[in-house]
Amino acid sequence: MRNTIVNLIHERAKSDSGIYFLTGDLGYSVVDNFMKEFPDRCLNLGIAEQNMMGAAAGLALEGKKVFVYSITPFVTMRCMEQIRTDVALQNLDVTIIGVGGGFAYGTLGPTHHAIEDIAMMRAIPNMKVVAPSDPASAAVLGRQILDQKGPWFLHLNKGGEPVLYPKIPYMKIGKAFVAKTGKQVSILASGAVAREALEAAELLDKAGIGAEVADVATIKPLDVEFIKDRLKSRRLVVTVEENNLLGGFGSAVAEVAAEFRGTAAFRRLGIDDRYSQSFGSQAYMRKLYGLSGQQIFETVKKIYGKL
Amino acid sequence: MLKRDVQELQRLARVIRSHIVRMIGVGQKGHLGGSCSIADVVTALYFAKMRHDPLNPQWPQRDRFLLSKGHGGAALYATLAHRGFAPLDALSKYARDGSAMAGHIVKDSMPGVETTAGSLGHGLPMAIGRALALKGSRSKSRVFVLVGDGECNEGTTWEGALVAAQFKLDNLVLIVDRNGEQSLGKSDDVLNLEPFAQKWRAFGWTCLRCNGHNFTELRKACDIKNRVAGKPTVIIAKTQKGKGVTYMEKDPLSWHYKTPKDEFLERARKELNA
Repeated sequence: MRNTIVNLIHERAKSDSGIYFLTGDLGYSVVDNFMKEFPDRCLNLGIAEQNMMGAAAGLALEGKKVFVYSITPFVTMRCMEQIRTDVALQNLDVTIIGVGGGFAYGTLGPTHHAIEDIAMMRAIPNMKVVAPSDPASAAVLGRQILDQKGPWFLHLNKGGEPVLYPKIPYMKIGKAFVAKTGKQVSILASGAVAREALEAAELLDKAGIGAEVADVATIKPLDVEFIKDRLKSRRLVVTVEENNLLGGFGSAVAEVAAEFRGTAAFRRLGIDDRYSQSFGSQAYMRKLYGLSGQQIFETVKKIYGKL
Repeated sequence: MLKRDVQELQRLARVIRSHIVRMIGVGQKGHLGGSCSIADVVTALYFAKMRHDPLNPQWPQRDRFLLSKGHGGAALYATLAHRGFAPLDALSKYARDGSAMAGHIVKDSMPGVETTAGSLGHGLPMAIGRALALKGSRSKSRVFVLVGDGECNEGTTWEGALVAAQFKLDNLVLIVDRNGEQSLGKSDDVLNLEPFAQKWRAFGWTCLRCNGHNFTELRKACDIKNRVAGKPTVIIAKTQKGKGVTYMEKDPLSWHYKTPKDEFLERARKELNA
């Protein structure tokens, strides 16, 4: 997913001399070619993320289209005030690319987990938040981001994700994408964890519960009309995210649900506001928080059974 | 570039200070001490040094100015208005209800205000970004950024010191308003910056020192001739907090936050109008 995005920017940089790409000394084997071809516009600003975000704002003030790349906690919370004050307040064309969304760097330990970023970035006025689920959707959405002005926050997983959509998905920024149809339950998933939601939906189908999966990559601006429609037309709406439940994607949907007279029951699945005490792969970490496909299936089936 | 003699610059700075006192005194909002300490530096830049066009604030060939110590905003607004970027009566709206101008500067709230500032330690990194962009497009424009000495407590100052030297940003000029005072005490009692000049030189910068209230020295320090190829420049401008108003010069700590009322306001006005 990260290679898809970096290659896309690299490609665009060949025809657009206004593109700058900044990295905080990360992206080994991902940014090498880009840096070799454009040493003046693909820059390593060192392990100094606050300065890097300010410099991104400075470049954008000069009319450049700027991408800032690092592992998520370092390119978000480490320089949060620069994002607010320099980038968002001045409404600049800067795209923040965070790699290692959720537990993508599970084994590296809790400093490298990114479970608060969605809530933080959502709370920033002017900031648009996108979390693609697989390389194909990252490519489709990435192209649209390249064509529109920022500020953007791009929550990526990392590399080597399975392709969920073999055919190029018809995805648009700001629109939910129905990845699988189903009449009774609508599972709204955001980010790479959509894979688990798809697995759960297949199991639900087999258990006789028709389950839709909507890939909601754009968390802000949210596809409010789609959500309202599902709150009217389905018996149960469930959100799935690999982020803290407080303030994240599920919260965004809950804000819509709370102010809308729907008929569906509504539940959020995600990280229940606690840090883990044990560590492992992304698959292991998802299981700890009940986010594997099998666990999502069981939880949804139980909730549905009680309706 | 406009050339005025030293006396004319001194007269302008006095008029600008009297505006600063009025803006802050009447509205009872803003930081008077820190605005007065930079008044001469900003006057020197806008009336003697920088390339700019008040009728075309976005002129691509202009030199850029970023006021990083946003609490000195009154000095920038007053200088811009005197330089013709905006009508003088716009200053009466400074930090008032409904105004685009806040106590700390807001980008585009007056033509010529290039960035939003207020939180410290943001100006140098943004200036670095601008300098990178200008270097990339082979522009001859220079980027001036003015920070406070207390502001140099911020870690971004030193991240920026490394990055500007690494990327050979010789189009970047950092001016430090070395008034020696910050919010709760003398700068070097809070976090000692000395040996300050040596620090910058050790980071790979060209470092100059001048009296920040002496126009001959300021003009000399800001001169393009001081530019050393491949090195950013820092000018440590020794200044006096509350400069121009005697009772503030004598008690700079109290006048970081305080705004003069009634008798004090009148005394400051009288002294500056004298």
